[in-house]
Amino acid sequence: MINFEYARARDVADAVRQISADPAATFIAGGTNLIDLMKYDVARPMRLIDITHLALKTVEETANGGLRIGALVPNSDLAYHPVVEKRYPLLSSAILAGASQQLRNMASTGGNLMQRTRCFYFYDVATPCNKREPGSGCSAINGINRINAILGTSEACIATHPSDMCVALAALEAKVHVAGPAGERAIAFAEFHRLPGDRPEVDTNLKADEIITAIELPARGFAANYSYLKIRDRLSYAFALVSVAAALELEGGRIKEARLALGGVAHKPWRNAEAEAALRGQPAKSDAFARAAEILLRDAKGFAHNAFKIDLARRAILRTLAQAANATPQIQSSKKIR
Amino acid sequence: MDDPTSRSRFRPEATSKPREISVTLHVNGEQRTLAVAPWTTLLDALRDRLHLNGTKKGCDHGQCGACTVLIEGRRVNACLTLAVMKDGAHITTIEGLSADGALHPLQQAFIDHDAFQCGYCTPGQICSAAGLLAEGKAKTADEIRELMSGNICRCGAYPNIVAAIQQAMGAMGSKS
Repeated sequence: MINFEYARARDVADAVRQISADPAATFIAGGTNLIDLMKYDVARPMRLIDITHLALKTVEETANGGLRIGALVPNSDLAYHPVVEKRYPLLSSAILAGASQQLRNMASTGGNLMQRTRCFYFYDVATPCNKREPGSGCSAINGINRINAILGTSEACIATHPSDMCVALAALEAKVHVAGPAGERAIAFAEFHRLPGDRPEVDTNLKADEIITAIELPARGFAANYSYLKIRDRLSYAFALVSVAAALELEGGRIKEARLALGGVAHKPWRNAEAEAALRGQPAKSDAFARAAEILLRDAKGFAHNAFKIDLARRAILRTLAQAANATPQIQSSKKIR
Repeated sequence: MDDPTSRSRFRPEATSKPREISVTLHVNGEQRTLAVAPWTTLLDALRDRLHLNGTKKGCDHGQCGACTVLIEGRRVNACLTLAVMKDGAHITTIEGLSADGALHPLQQAFIDHDAFQCGYCTPGQICSAAGLLAEGKAKTADEIRELMSGNICRCGAYPNIVAAIQQAMGAMGSKS
């Protein structure tokens, strides 16, 4: 870890002022990813701005029936929040599928969105990595790429986004509220994270001088028919090889509304409007699920060690949609796939 | 990549005199004030400055749970926590769990069930289990296993750890 200076922000305006004044500074909240990256010399901020004293720690129901989650609400508190458990159980389940309880106690809602990839080469400063060192090359494309992406990759980067929570937030069509020098704005969840393209060093569309203040969930929570299924190399406390968030609204055995998002396969939670459209109006049965999976994975491209993910994802999609349709969601503490 | 220092923004002038910051930590019921560098982790402050060596440094990257302590009663990884960010916090380490010379029910249960071999992960396991009991979310063995997955035991004492936690859960449940 390089030496750095420490400062505290009093409120959102102060945080924005401090970050705007120093391009070598970065915010710290839970620190679960940032401190780790600093220990590996991957992140080298000259100054940390502690935002943990900002008043962004409440969960409030909104006038239009949704939920506004302060950016500093810890992941564990959010997962166990009574309203989230009751009305947005997909989000609760996805959060509990990630990390450990210690880390969930520390990690913030906003920080979860800002996690960097766990690509081995991003962490290994002795190897080229376009995300860590733009222009140096991608070691994963021809390296050990078991954990890497199969969708939306570029010649510059095949990293995945590691979050489970974000896969649920994508399926639920959350909004990200941010504040910056020009004021506040809201970013649709699908627009928050970006694909690597030729600038893989940029993970999100959040500007360098902006701060996440809240995540807003719309009223529709898909509490009756949902499931989050995470497939990984060990049964707990590991990042996803493939994860699926499925949410359905059923009417007389037919699918009225469908949401389907994949984790562990791309630089951002992966959705495809065409795949979801293919589910709408169909009987909630395996034929429709298979068609949706086919569309969602149509452009998937495997590398030397991760081509298995394409078939794994197809099967996981079928299973998760069936769990959602049957109202038998995956229970994260149970290691039997229902 | 030819110049090994090209990536680094390391500035000797910035490192020669670390700006130490005074923090007050309430550790195991005692108020302790110390001056720390911004980059001092809570784990290093506890071990190297306050000489509370019960909390262990395993991976130092939040992957093993050996450094688990309780902050305001919630379990966290001390290795990923900066001491300067915890000014005024109440911290409980393995040294602070016993009361009036009597072992905490979890400590007794770990002995009763032989829930360790080398013992290196044990302080973290016990602090984590104390957090788990306070959370009240784990009832079944499956739930204990899942919610204890942040604590790795390379000796593989897991079955006995689960049994010990179940015993303590029963003992503490019957008291309240």
